[in-house]
Amino acid sequence: MRGAVSVQGITKTFGGLAAVQDVSLDVKPGEFLTLLGPSGCGKTTLLRLIAGFEEPDRGAILISGRDVAALPPNERPVNTVFQHYALFPHRTVAGNIAFGLEMKNVPRSEIPGRVEKGLEMVRLPGFGERRIDQLSGGQKQRIALARAVVLEPEVLLLDEPMAALDLKLRKEMQVEVKNLQERLKITFVFVTHDQDEALTMSDRIAVMNQGRVEQLGTPEELYERPRTRFVADFLAVKNIVEVAVESVEGGKARVRTGGGTVLFAKDDGGYTVGGKAWIGVRPEQIALSGGAENSYPAVIDDEIYLGDCTDWQVRVGQDVLTVSEQATSARGRKRGDAATVSFPAEAVLRLDDKPAPPA
Amino acid sequence: MKGARRQAILLLLPCLLALLVLFLLPQVLMFATSLGRRSAYGGVIRDVSLLNYVRALDPIYLRILARSVGLAFFTTLFCLLMAYPVSYWLGVKAPEKWRNALLVLVILPFWTSFLVRMYAWVFMLRTEGLLNLFLGELGIAPLNMLYNDFAVMLGQVYGELPFMILPLYASIEKLDRSLLEAAADLGASPLRSLWRVTIPLTAPGIVAGSVLVFIPSLGAYLAPDLLGGARTVYIGNLIQSQFAVARDMPFGSALSFLLSLTVLVLLYVFRRPLRASQA
Repeated sequence: MRGAVSVQGITKTFGGLAAVQDVSLDVKPGEFLTLLGPSGCGKTTLLRLIAGFEEPDRGAILISGRDVAALPPNERPVNTVFQHYALFPHRTVAGNIAFGLEMKNVPRSEIPGRVEKGLEMVRLPGFGERRIDQLSGGQKQRIALARAVVLEPEVLLLDEPMAALDLKLRKEMQVEVKNLQERLKITFVFVTHDQDEALTMSDRIAVMNQGRVEQLGTPEELYERPRTRFVADFLAVKNIVEVAVESVEGGKARVRTGGGTVLFAKDDGGYTVGGKAWIGVRPEQIALSGGAENSYPAVIDDEIYLGDCTDWQVRVGQDVLTVSEQATSARGRKRGDAATVSFPAEAVLRLDDKPAPPA
Repeated sequence: MKGARRQAILLLLPCLLALLVLFLLPQVLMFATSLGRRSAYGGVIRDVSLLNYVRALDPIYLRILARSVGLAFFTTLFCLLMAYPVSYWLGVKAPEKWRNALLVLVILPFWTSFLVRMYAWVFMLRTEGLLNLFLGELGIAPLNMLYNDFAVMLGQVYGELPFMILPLYASIEKLDRSLLEAAADLGASPLRSLWRVTIPLTAPGIVAGSVLVFIPSLGAYLAPDLLGGARTVYIGNLIQSQFAVARDMPFGSALSFLLSLTVLVLLYVFRRPLRASQA
C-alpha cells in the first residue's frame, strides 16, 4: 500500500466555480501517473489537493491507505516539485536540499552526506555552495527535484516542472526524470499540458477536462483508442467530424459527413442507424494514395511543413482533411495538385460527444 | 559611459544640493559653534576648544544618552513586534481589493500634526482624562498613566508605528507565496516556516523599518516633553533646553553633534544588514 494514492469523489470549487468535480482516481504504488489537460482543467488543483494546499469540498484522499484529510501539508508523506521551482533564494543549493532534512530533524552529521547524494542523483555533484541565482533553469529544475527526493517521500508530486525549459532541455529532462522514477520506485503524480511529454513518460495518463477525468489509460490505449471528442482532439486526432449513420452491416458502419462524403467505419457497437455520431481519423493514418477501403479523389489546399513530416490540408468534396506524411515521401507536391487519399475502416475512431457519467 | 555618468549627476543634483545646504552646511556650522564658548548674555564666543565635548562626556550626560538609546531601542522593538503581524496580515491575508484602503488607514494619522496627536494622548491619559473617566464608571480608582516612562514609550511607539508597518508591508507583500508552500511541503510547521523562511526573506523590511524608527526615536523630544512631563530627561530634551532655557548654544551644539555621531556609528555598525536590505 505504501505509495498508493486513492482519490475518492473529490470536488473543489472556487467562488462557485468547480475546479475539480467528483474525481475518483487510484494511483498504484510506484506508478508514474500523469494528469494531462489544458490550463484550467483542474489538474493543478487536484495535485494541490493531494499535497494539502487546498481542502476539498467533498470526497476523501488516501495516501498509502491513510486518510489525509486532517493532515496539513507539512505532515503529509508527499513532496512537491513546483512549477517555478520555489527554491529559497536566501539559501545555497546545499541549504535548499538540506531544508527538508532539517525540518525532519535528521541528525546534523547525516545531512551533508545526504545532500551530496541528492546532488549526485540529479547529476550536479559539487554544486552545493552555489547561490540559487547562479543556476540555469535546468539546474534549478534538478535542485528542486533533489530537494524533494532526498526526503524519500511515498509520493512525489510534480506540477508542470518542465514548462519553463526550452524544448531540447525538456526532452533531456523527461528521460532523466523517468529514469530517476524507475530507479527510486517512488510513485510520481505528474501534471502537464504537453501530450508528447505525457506519452513519453507515463505508465498511465488521466486526461482531464473541465474538472473531470475524461479518460484514464496507458499511453498506448489513449493514443490508439481515445474515447471522447475532447481526448481525441487533445491527442492530435486532427480530423474530427459529426456524421449521420446510414447503415450498419458486416461489422462496418456506413456514415455520411456534413460535406456529403460517405465512408466506412469499423463498427464498435456504438453506431445507431439513422442517428448521429462523432468520428475521428489520425492524420498519419491517411495515405496520399489509393488502395484502402475509404478512397477519394482530392485536391491539395495547403501545406504545413513541420521538418520531420508535412501536414497537407486536402479537400475531399466539401470536407477538408489533414493528412500527415513523412518528409521523405512528401516531395514534389504543391498546392492545387490533384491527389488520392485513402484510409482503412479500422482507422475511423468513434468518439463520444461527452464523457460517460462516472459509474 | 560618459553620458551615463553625466545623467546620474544630473538626476542626483537636486537631492545633493538640498543635502548640502540643509544638512551638511548646518552640521559644519553646528560643529564650529560647538568649539566655542557661551558668552555671559547667551551669545557665542568663537574659539577652538573641546571643552564642551569634555563636559558632554560627564556621566550625567552619558546616562541621558544611554537612556535615549534605550528608549529608541525599545520603541523599535515594540514597533517591530506590533507591526510585523499587522504587515503580514496586510501583505498576505487581507483581501487584495481592500489592501490600498487599509494602507491609507495606516497613514491616516499623518493628516493630523504630531503635536496635536500628543496632546490628544495627554487628554486621554491624564488623571481626569477619558480613560480614567471610563475606568471610574467601572468603579476602578483613577490610574496614574501620564507623566511617566510608560506614557513616553506609548507616545513614541504610537508615533513611529506607521514607519515600521510601511517598509515591512513592502517587503512582506513581495514575498513569493510559493516559497511558503514549499516550506510547508518540505515539512516545516507554520512556526518554523516563519523563522526559517518568512523572517529571513523579509529581513530587508525589518532593517529598513528599524532604521526609520530608531533614528528619530533617538532624538525624540515631543513625547518625553508632553507625555513625560519633562520629568525624565532624554537627549532631545537636553539639547532643546540648552538652546531655549540655558542659552548655551555651544554646549547644545556639542550634544547635537554627538547625537549625529552616535547615529553615524550605529549605521556603520549595522552596514552589512543595511546593504543587504537594498539588494
